[in-house]
Amino acid sequence: MNSSEYSPATPSSFWNDTGSSGITAWIFSTDHKRIGLLYFWSVLSFFLVAVVLGLLLRIELMAPGRTIMGPETYNALFTVHGAIMVFLFIIPGFPGAFGNLVMPIQIGARDVSFPRLNLFSWWLYMIGAAVIITALFTGGGAPDTGWTFYVPFSARSGTNVSLAVFGVFIVGFSSIVTGVNFVTTIHRLRAPGMSWDRLPLFVWSLYATAWVQILATPILGITLLLIIAERVLGVGLFDPVKGGDPVMYQHLFWIYSHPAVYIMILPAMGVISEIIPVFSRKPVFGYKMIAFSSIAIAAAGSLVWGHHMFTSGISDRAILIFSFLTFVVAIPSAIKVFNWVSTLYRGSISLEAPMLYALSFIILFSIGGLTGLILGAAATDIHVHDTHFVVGHFHYVIFGGSGFALFGAMHYWLPKFYGRRYAEKPAVVAWGLMFVGFNITYFTMMVLGMKGMPRRYYDYLPEFAPLNLVATVGSWILAVGLVLMLVNLIRGLRGGEPVGDNPWGGATLEWTVPSPPPTENFPEEPVVTHGPYDFSKSGMP
Amino acid sequence: MDPNLITSTQAAVDPVFMFIFGACLLLLVGITAVMVWFVIRYHRSRAPAPTSCCEGNVWLEIAWTLLPTLLVLAMFYYGWAGYLALRNVPKGAMEVTATARMWSWNFTYTNGKSSSKLYVPAGKPVKVNLVATDVLHGFYLPAFRVKRDLVPGMTNYAWFIATKPGSYDLFCSQYCGTGHSAMITTVEALPPAEFLAWLNHREGGEHRGKELLEKHGCLGCHSLDGSAKIGPTFKGIYRSSVRFMAAGKPMTATVDDAYLTESIVKPSAKIVEGFPAIMPTYPDLTVEEVKVMVEFIEGLK
Ligand code: HEM
Ligand SMILES: [Cu+2]
Ligand SMILES: [Cu+2]
Repeated sequence: MNSSEYSPATPSSFWNDTGSSGITAWIFSTDHKRIGLLYFWSVLSFFLVAVVLGLLLRIELMAPGRTIMGPETYNALFTVHGAIMVFLFIIPGFPGAFGNLVMPIQIGARDVSFPRLNLFSWWLYMIGAAVIITALFTGGGAPDTGWTFYVPFSARSGTNVSLAVFGVFIVGFSSIVTGVNFVTTIHRLRAPGMSWDRLPLFVWSLYATAWVQILATPILGITLLLIIAERVLGVGLFDPVKGGDPVMYQHLFWIYSHPAVYIMILPAMGVISEIIPVFSRKPVFGYKMIAFSSIAIAAAGSLVWGHHMFTSGISDRAILIFSFLTFVVAIPSAIKVFNWVSTLYRGSISLEAPMLYALSFIILFSIGGLTGLILGAAATDIHVHDTHFVVGHFHYVIFGGSGFALFGAMHYWLPKFYGRRYAEKPAVVAWGLMFVGFNITYFTMMVLGMKGMPRRYYDYLPEFAPLNLVATVGSWILAVGLVLMLVNLIRGLRGGEPVGDNPWGGATLEWTVPSPPPTENFPEEPVVTHGPYDFSKSGMP
Repeated sequence: MDPNLITSTQAAVDPVFMFIFGACLLLLVGITAVMVWFVIRYHRSRAPAPTSCCEGNVWLEIAWTLLPTLLVLAMFYYGWAGYLALRNVPKGAMEVTATARMWSWNFTYTNGKSSSKLYVPAGKPVKVNLVATDVLHGFYLPAFRVKRDLVPGMTNYAWFIATKPGSYDLFCSQYCGTGHSAMITTVEALPPAEFLAWLNHREGGEHRGKELLEKHGCLGCHSLDGSAKIGPTFKGIYRSSVRFMAAGKPMTATVDDAYLTESIVKPSAKIVEGFPAIMPTYPDLTVEEVKVMVEFIEGLK
């Protein structure tokens, strides 16, 4: 990330602004674009580490019995894989990286409301991550509890659970800080003319997400501290012998962690709502419904946590209510899908890499969402809960959904900030490999779950062997695609073809500024005169 | 739903699967087909410029809000009805208590008989009371679509009918540590007469040591027949020579009374090479019980 060497930037670009190009010009910068890139590269690094762990899990599951590791290693690996993917990759991924890079420019602002708090958020993230990594190699070693840290096991495990949980606690604060910053920025710093109904849908989705970050994350913080209290002080809040209740822990955990699913998926939906109109050259269909459904999902989604607990022993009445509410939340997601597809109608569609990711998002997210209906219905959830069906389902949503949307965002927006672009052909090939590999891996895992293979299983009965082999081979195809995508993207950003201000023909404000943008984004405060998807007025044919 | 009309748990759940999967498949194929059609039809090579700049349609929005709402409400209702069938135990069900511990199952019948496999009479409903002694576990019978967690401090239950005699998988579905994936056993559904014979057969000559090993779940990790499990097998262990780590140093010893006793009372003292240090302590074992167990283990040649 050396500033001067590979950007074709004009002298005023944010790459050259400080005069100094050392590391301190980055890690102490309060510029939202630099912080966005810091976040992006940190998040991407953790993603790659966790991908390697995921591939190792799949290799272990390739055949029954011991393949490359013992059960303790396997249990630690899926815990670390899950925890990194959730807390260090996908939750900070959208707000921290693309939210920071794009949102202020999209609303016509020079920066976020609290630039220093923004930098602090990244520091909290890195400190939390460092604590988590320290926890893996000290004390009793990497936690083996699963990313859900369920008691009583997490209170008894001899592994370094306390420190790891403390690291997650710190990372949680970085998320809260970003949320506060974004809500304030979106309320206060919109350019003249940027009314709420001209707000790009990505900004709407970040706005809904930010409220979830602010309101839900403190509950995770408290829950994690209670685990530490349980381990260190033996207070017994979750220990029935001391009058506690293990199921209470699950409530507390999911009161945060279900809404956290929306921190992962809402901004991804926002990205899709940007890419599809641009590559169809048509206004998004049902702007108001899409914006409103983001808010509806964020609000109603905070009331459905109990669907993770249908087998836990909660009352049947609770199950009735949570199952009902879960189905209610499905509706706004369906509305979004219908509106995206309708946007394509009578458009002029070009299938470049960002669009391919967006279209495959629709399919993968639909599969994830529709299999979610199986999990929302009480009778069927009982059979597939805690099996590989769930593992397949949530990879469809957070990897096929959020992950693919993030890859789409990388192809769509990174050229803006590097001033150069990737090569199209390898990008398409990489996308194809990932799409095929992804489906082979995770669809097979869902079938395994339907047949009854539980999750977090180091070993399994011979009857599950053939399909496990298929899933593992799929993960290799997926990995090849991923490597190709990253190599092509990074090479393109370093030395690819330069891009102009508006390579895709977008109508939102980030396409009106140079690529890469200058430090203050706009030479003078822009005045917004048309909606975000009004391509006729943005100078496009 | 009237519980007496339900023939089996799988018969209550499977139609719900069919309904939801069917509806999902239609929706997925529909969405994908329309999307692919639009992408081909309105590809820039065919449609150089958009031919509409329609920004929405209220009637469409109402339609695709209302129709999915009706559909998901049907799914909700159907799912709930099926779930009730899983909760309403038919009258006259046989009761068994399942006790889960890290990492073994024990099933106790009302007459005091206990077993590490769940023997049931085919064709008769069985209610299983679920108890956990240490951490969360999950009682999962894929063949019967039944699952329920075992939670310390709480008694849950599940019920099922094995309509045909046979052997069915029983998994631990709630993650419980190193031996989680090894915490599996079977439901053995026997013809009712055979089951009764099994239930009332008192294993007269059975060594009390074996009963204790079974009761405390030792056999979840240690086999009696030389087969490999999470811990070393008991078969032929007496007088064998073992390599282990003690106080961080590798050592060897010959297994004797004292060694076996220490391994039961203080499992962490010596960790045999190649095995994880995961055995829990059993503070409620009496000295006499340990002695009986050691005697039994020594007799396994
Ligand atoms: C090449 C990519 C990936 C592979 C091969 C992979 C593989 C796996 C496998 C096999 C498991 C199940 C372990 C078990 O239950 O026994 C798992 C669990 C999990 N994965 Fe992935 N995964 C990948 C990417 C991702 C991504 C992108 C995310 C999220 C953004 C993710 C999040 C999780 C989570 C949260 C769990 C649950 C961990 C737990 O049970 O505690 N994975 N993964
Ligand atoms: Cu949830
Ligand atoms: Cu288990």
